[in-house]
Amino acid sequence: MSFFKNFSLDKIKSGLSKTRNKIVQSISETLTGKAQIDENTLEQIEEILITSDIGVDTAGMIIENVRKALKSEKDRSADNVLNLIKTELYQILPDSNNKILLSSKPYIILVVGVNGVGKTTSIGKLAYNYKNLGYRVIVGAADTFRAAANEQLEIWAKRAGVEIINSEKGTDPSSVAFETIKKAAEENYDVVLIDTAGRLHNKTNLMNELSKIKKVIKKFSESAPNETLLVLDGTTGQNALVQAMEFSKVTDLTGLILTKLDGTAKGGVVFQICSKLKIPIRYIGIGEGIEDLQEFDKESFISALFETKEG
Amino acid sequence: MFEELSLKLDAALKKITGQGRLTETNISDTLREIRRILLDADVNYKVAKDFIEKVKEKALGKEVIASITPGQLITKIIYDELVELLGGGHSEISLNPNGATNILVVGLQGSGKTTFSAKLAKRLKERKRKILLVAADIYRPAAIEQLKILGQQIDVPVFSLELKDARLVVTESVKHAKNNGFDTLIIDTAGRLHVDEEMMKEVADIKEIVKPTETLFVVDSMTGQDAVNSAKAFNETVNFDGIVLSKLDGDARGGAAISIRSVVGKPIKFVSNGEKLENLDVFYPDRLASRILGKGDIISLVEKAQETIDEFEAKRMEEKLRKNKFDFEDFLKQIKLIKKMGSLSSILGMIPGLGSQIKNAQIDDKALIKVEAIINSMTKLERENPKVLNGSRRKRIARGSGTTVQDVNRLIKQFQEMQKMMSMMNKKGFFNSSNKNFKFN
Repeated sequence: MSFFKNFSLDKIKSGLSKTRNKIVQSISETLTGKAQIDENTLEQIEEILITSDIGVDTAGMIIENVRKALKSEKDRSADNVLNLIKTELYQILPDSNNKILLSSKPYIILVVGVNGVGKTTSIGKLAYNYKNLGYRVIVGAADTFRAAANEQLEIWAKRAGVEIINSEKGTDPSSVAFETIKKAAEENYDVVLIDTAGRLHNKTNLMNELSKIKKVIKKFSESAPNETLLVLDGTTGQNALVQAMEFSKVTDLTGLILTKLDGTAKGGVVFQICSKLKIPIRYIGIGEGIEDLQEFDKESFISALFETKEG
Repeated sequence: MFEELSLKLDAALKKITGQGRLTETNISDTLREIRRILLDADVNYKVAKDFIEKVKEKALGKEVIASITPGQLITKIIYDELVELLGGGHSEISLNPNGATNILVVGLQGSGKTTFSAKLAKRLKERKRKILLVAADIYRPAAIEQLKILGQQIDVPVFSLELKDARLVVTESVKHAKNNGFDTLIIDTAGRLHVDEEMMKEVADIKEIVKPTETLFVVDSMTGQDAVNSAKAFNETVNFDGIVLSKLDGDARGGAAISIRSVVGKPIKFVSNGEKLENLDVFYPDRLASRILGKGDIISLVEKAQETIDEFEAKRMEEKLRKNKFDFEDFLKQIKLIKKMGSLSSILGMIPGLGSQIKNAQIDDKALIKVEAIINSMTKLERENPKVLNGSRRKRIARGSGTTVQDVNRLIKQFQEMQKMMSMMNKKGFFNSSNKNFKFN
């Protein structure tokens, strides 16, 4: 039972023009006629892991564990090695609870992230999905900084067929959030999505602004915002970890949205984020269309690490 | 921006500082550390690997020059390799002085193309170019609106048409520019993924129509390992002329710049580092290399030290340091050496790792003159045995040097602290005899 009607693994797979199982191939190549996994093979595994942005430490840890596991393992076939690695990776990611329970009314979702990661696009897609589930949705354009951010969200709101609270450039984003929630409460909306300006996590004043937005939202209820989603660009490297850590200092992150996974980037840095911060990945963005948001699925995400796209 | 990387490198280099020569063993540890630093900084796996190989080759082949430490030597090798990799001298964008200059801006979604286009327009407007910004992103909601707002802020007109085909918009914009006396076109294209064949074809067609003087690829400095893939694909499609590194006001280490530079061999031309339209800098590869190794410039420091300090004097100094017999006489010599090498602040600025610590401290070069005067007013006995400096001697020295007793006290106190520090370093083996090349500089 999936929350999203459009959820389908086939969709990701059909998007890949050609996939081949890179690791099985490379392991098979080196393993043929050999009784043992050699350094060369482990190096190839390391390369696959590191080029997915998983990070040197995590890659090292996984390889160490696989090495240990192989000692007591009779089956050293490529498939089994791959399974060992996948199991290791699987254990790192927390289970994402994708059951949607709107625990309060209105149910408030705050969306944050650095510049250009796809916050507004993700909100458009989320609004569309909640709308399709039969909820009354309202979005708040609390990015009052970037030129035309409001116009961008307005177009998405129209596409999704949901209500929007517009903002003038330069107004206080907290007041936009406040107004949106107030209207939602008065007019019986189910879901509130608050868009915020992109902010680099090392800019103190912008991070302070975000914590102010959170405080204002809290006025409505102790549990608000019910979700705070950090949007991460799937092409981002090790800095994504710093982003997640800094944002979690000023807001209580409840989940991640990993965007732009329709390219060749693998988004492997989330393994570090998940293991350090224990935040589940909720959704992945796989395109510019309104339906191109999917619930995160551990298995297919991990499988994709070992598949390669060929043009 | 690359401070974090520098600090890590410093730490790695410290491990081989104090060792006599570069051996297979001690260099492999360091190289592993450097490889790790590069990977942590998002340098591509293969690029980092090749880089380490090159450094290793050079380092092992090289004789340890008598006057520098192994740590300094390997720093120099890494620096040289990085500068080579980053492509030497910097290159600005080429502007056609008489005819039309067309600049095409391409990249992935969210890399910062629109903001960069406006920043570039502002910059070129200041150079008296007559600019037309072209909104060729017909896909992203409100992208045209965004460019229009930015254009208004810098008073540069924005060309846009409500059309379903970006090629037509661009074709019309070129005509419009010609008919209305614009000499510079900056075309802001839609963000696209390098695997999107249709969109890649579109940008190739746009390039065909515009025949740009410059095609610039904008890349987010936070990009990870995949940077090589997208850069390669864009380069194959539009054969861009230069790279723009965006969002460098963040704290990403920017290793992607090294990856892309080495994979496509195109220069990085601009650094975009802030949301304000004036936040645009020209890129200097040598500065980037220096930053990666340390905020400062250890290379010039090494070279200057080599020029200034003679071998014999250095040995004698080392001896004194080891025996903990560093006195005011030696202090004076050091000051004279430092003065020969340049101002104190410039020397301190060249020391990696120190950069962040003294960044905010005010270095007063005039203070050295005072110090010199005070020491010059000491007798030989006082210089060699600072312990004899009692109250009346201090008063006399203050009078003789035109300073106050407080100044003299301060200097003596600093000197004592320095002595303490040196005896500590001695105990740590900083000056042990295996390090023949150590110099106090």
